[in-house]
Amino acid sequence: MTELLIKNGFVFDPINKINGEKMDIAIKDGKIVHKVSGKAQVVDASGLTVMPGGVDIHTHIAGGEVNTGRIIRPDDHVKDVERKTAMTRCGTGYSIPSTFTTGYRYSRMGYTTVMNPSMAPLEAKHTHEELNDIPLLDKATYPLIGDWWFVLENLAKGDIVECAKHVAWMLDITKGYAIKIVNPGGLESWGFGHNVHSIDDQVPNFCITPREIVTGLARVNALLNLPHSIHLHTNNLGLPGNYTTTLDTMKALESVPYNGKPVCHITHLQFASFAGDGWAHFQSASEEISSYINAHNHLTFDMGQVIFTDTTTMTADGPFEFSLYELGGHNKWVNSDVETETSGGIIPFHYKKNSPVNALQWSIGLELALLIKDPWKMFMTTDHPNGGPFFAYPRVLAWLYSKKAREATLKHCNKKAQKKSLLPTIDREMTLYEIAIMTRAGQAKALGLPNKGQLGVGADADVAIFNINPETMDIAQQFKAARKAFKHAAYTIKDGKVVVKDGEVVNNTTPGRTMWLDVQTKDPCVIDEEMRRKFKQYWTIEYDNYPVFDHYLRVPEKLTVKASV
Amino acid sequence: MTSEVKSVVCPICGCLCDDLEVTVENNEIVKMKNGCSVCEAKMVHGYKSEERILKPMIRKDGELVPVSMDEAVKKAAKILTDAKYPLLFGWSSSTSEAQRIGVELAEELGSALDNCCSVCHGPSVMATQEIGIPASTLGQIRHRADLIVYWACNPWTSHPRHLERYTSFTDGRFEKSEWKSYMQKMKGDASMKKVQAASKRIIGSTIPAMRPDACALNAPPQTMQKEGRKLIVVDVRKTMTADAADYFIQVQPNKDYEIIEALRCLVGDQELDVDTVGGVKVEYLKDVADAMVNCEFGVIFFGLGLTQSAGRFRNIENAIALTRDLNRKTKFVISPMRGHFNVTGANVVFAWSTGYPYALDFSQGYPQYNPGEFTTIDLLRRGDNDATLVISADPGAHFPKAAVQNMMKHPLITINPDMNAISRLGDVVFPTQWCGIECEGTAYRMDHVPIMLRKVVEPPKGILNDEELLKRILAEVRVIKGKNPDTETKAEVKERNKLAPRIEIKQRKKAKKVEVA
Ligand code: SF4
Ligand SMILES: [Zn+2]
Repeated sequence: MTELLIKNGFVFDPINKINGEKMDIAIKDGKIVHKVSGKAQVVDASGLTVMPGGVDIHTHIAGGEVNTGRIIRPDDHVKDVERKTAMTRCGTGYSIPSTFTTGYRYSRMGYTTVMNPSMAPLEAKHTHEELNDIPLLDKATYPLIGDWWFVLENLAKGDIVECAKHVAWMLDITKGYAIKIVNPGGLESWGFGHNVHSIDDQVPNFCITPREIVTGLARVNALLNLPHSIHLHTNNLGLPGNYTTTLDTMKALESVPYNGKPVCHITHLQFASFAGDGWAHFQSASEEISSYINAHNHLTFDMGQVIFTDTTTMTADGPFEFSLYELGGHNKWVNSDVETETSGGIIPFHYKKNSPVNALQWSIGLELALLIKDPWKMFMTTDHPNGGPFFAYPRVLAWLYSKKAREATLKHCNKKAQKKSLLPTIDREMTLYEIAIMTRAGQAKALGLPNKGQLGVGADADVAIFNINPETMDIAQQFKAARKAFKHAAYTIKDGKVVVKDGEVVNNTTPGRTMWLDVQTKDPCVIDEEMRRKFKQYWTIEYDNYPVFDHYLRVPEKLTVKASV
Repeated sequence: MTSEVKSVVCPICGCLCDDLEVTVENNEIVKMKNGCSVCEAKMVHGYKSEERILKPMIRKDGELVPVSMDEAVKKAAKILTDAKYPLLFGWSSSTSEAQRIGVELAEELGSALDNCCSVCHGPSVMATQEIGIPASTLGQIRHRADLIVYWACNPWTSHPRHLERYTSFTDGRFEKSEWKSYMQKMKGDASMKKVQAASKRIIGSTIPAMRPDACALNAPPQTMQKEGRKLIVVDVRKTMTADAADYFIQVQPNKDYEIIEALRCLVGDQELDVDTVGGVKVEYLKDVADAMVNCEFGVIFFGLGLTQSAGRFRNIENAIALTRDLNRKTKFVISPMRGHFNVTGANVVFAWSTGYPYALDFSQGYPQYNPGEFTTIDLLRRGDNDATLVISADPGAHFPKAAVQNMMKHPLITINPDMNAISRLGDVVFPTQWCGIECEGTAYRMDHVPIMLRKVVEPPKGILNDEELLKRILAEVRVIKGKNPDTETKAEVKERNKLAPRIEIKQRKKAKKVEVA
């Protein structure tokens, strides 16, 4: 029985509508409780900001794609190393840190829960092996199933229920958490080197369109009562003029019954909000996109903010990575298609301030975040490592809460991009309360994780404490000091244990749990002879060897969901 | 007592076939279905060999004498901690679970860490680091490839089921097996036995022996025009794989780079004003280039003939560049033919825990990577290390003499199931379980698909598996070094952190700069 009392902090806990009140947080056995005994260990948080542990809804930290990124980038690692200490393992950064380093770095910033958004089901064991080696964090992973043949075939037949059963089976067998869709229809087309270019293009050989895939899976998601919505990377991502595709997709999703719970999460919105009919006429579409979003409630989003640095782009969107490569100036290109399921691509990428496109991308991400009025709809991410590595989050936060910080960066940007940027016209500076929503509360809510992102009684005792005194520090003015505070948490508490103090790991005995969904359908997806036969045809490994066995989850946390089919 | 085990995974080559059906009688494998001859030789007979090590041994007065596991573990840990710079090498036939512990051990020792990749596909990894790689899983090839190129490799012998499971002789969604047309072409020669065995696996029965006149004789292959999957083989000699090919290009040794370069020119619509390149008529190369450009989905598999001949990683780099060029016209992928069943896993595990796939060093307290410096043969040739641990590999049989001699100069610890050449030279010789026969664990197929190896029989009494054994050595090393993170006090941690060298600070600053840039 361990007890902990966080005394006198300024608490920002948006889910419980607590906005900077000075109060104590009591912890017992890894959970938030009403009160603790006098013997509890005391963490003095007077003059500090207390928030729920950070939650990241979309960060590529583990699995085949990420690891291939590591393998091809020794140049990335050599400039950033993490030394072994008595307590921690060594490793390397920079944009694709090794597993242990990933855990430590997230934890040092006060994060306690992260979601790996991209996992080829066939390679799920690999993802889970890596997640096991990411300490100090709870995690989960989303299988890529938007172009899975079973989904395409069942949806083409119009058989939503059958599709739902297969999806439930897949979540179980891969120990996954949500339905991930990337460039729907485009990945299957990429199998023969093609792509789809609008949501109504036909997918070759499958008699189906991206519109049908997305809306079909959104319905499946509702039938299965999954905690998160479908998680979507839109068609034409990263291409000029793609905002119309994004609007079409959002409108198409209006057809899915909405009962107050968002039907879809559109990820890294920045990459989907480009106007202009070519790179030379590249424009921001943040006004068009954000005004639609402000008028509708059926969706959530994350930023996919760009950082000016050398990073590595990686996505299941194989055709996109190839078109990026073909723009020139890139030295490496990886493609990795996975039979029956998905594709993938990797390109190292340097976002430069003096590039008119990159600089405007930086601006678009921030414009979107600031123009979308409701922070419960838009979350802070960099689509790590696509827009930039996750440990640059404090920089992104500074741009959100400080106009001064934005101006300081904008003035170094490409002149053309400066002219096109809407940032000078935006005065909004986010409060700590809004930051807490965008970095933990909103993300936890969208993920359907009731015990995360909040500090109410019964919640997981995951807490971040920052060296920010809201009474004396004006974060918008002193953005650098606040940025530093977000970079090195004063304390990170995971499951009621202090794991980070003053930005350093002080306790490395918490491996973190892997959350997965056990979706209980009325009659389970029976693996009959038909399915076994198809299995042999579709994949090159046997049905018996396909599942992620219990062996692969070091600390599993099963979340049971009752489906309505 | 007889039992049948299905979906057993073959722990031999990078194909990692997982459809074996094994019959076990009294804890012995007595029969198996679906495996190739290599697999059958090991799974039914080889693993029970006379040469099996059954007890740990330590060399005393020149002789290997059996000792208790405790004594051997203590001795091994002492050797490793006494050494200034040990080397841990092998890993290609271990499970990923064991490889994980291997990295932790190397980290704890501040040693060098390398896997067999450094003597096989190391150049392929380096080429990938230069230029990337367009790849796919093997099933993608099965479903879609209508052009298959084997370059400088001979899967008929080295990966016997590669063709029948993943390429020419398998039915995919969009492309069908070429087995029948291949049978038409075969002459009833000496290789027939192998073909018959394959036939049994593919179509479930042997083919009736053909009268010689029923086979196509010396008719010129209409190959490049034919429908369906095409098979091209490029090699320095006519192998059995080449016999199966629709088109065989025989290159002069060490001329692969030139041929690839010529193909890149032809694919890029440039004229060549020579008649032959690398001993091959340009008109043949034009045929190949045409086939490549006109296919719907092509693949190049390459082997050690490309990585270990003149040009080495530049060959691979150029082959990848050719594949990339082809993607501007059609769909094309390329893949190394990885040999041992889990050499890919060694790369994968090393990379996720350190960022680097092989040729690692931990002497500075953080991972460093440098092929040529920390690659085993180079390290041994220079005589840098002063103790060696070899696990699931047999450098005794395959390494240059000078390297082996240097290894023998210093204490040598070996972990192998049977008495192979390197174990005979060991000072501490551990037995271990056969991965995938006596213990389970993860292996990565040549296309990075993870598969769980199965345990089919009980190991001999008292023998640990790689993972358990390494864990014990690691624990013992920590005891000797007085480093037990679980019991270490805060003051001790602080003290140790103080010892962090300046290098780290420098590195951090550098990293910072990049971030700000
Ligand atoms: S091809 Fe390789 S993996 Fe398959 S059965 Fe033969 S030796 Fe085993
Ligand atoms: Zn992403």
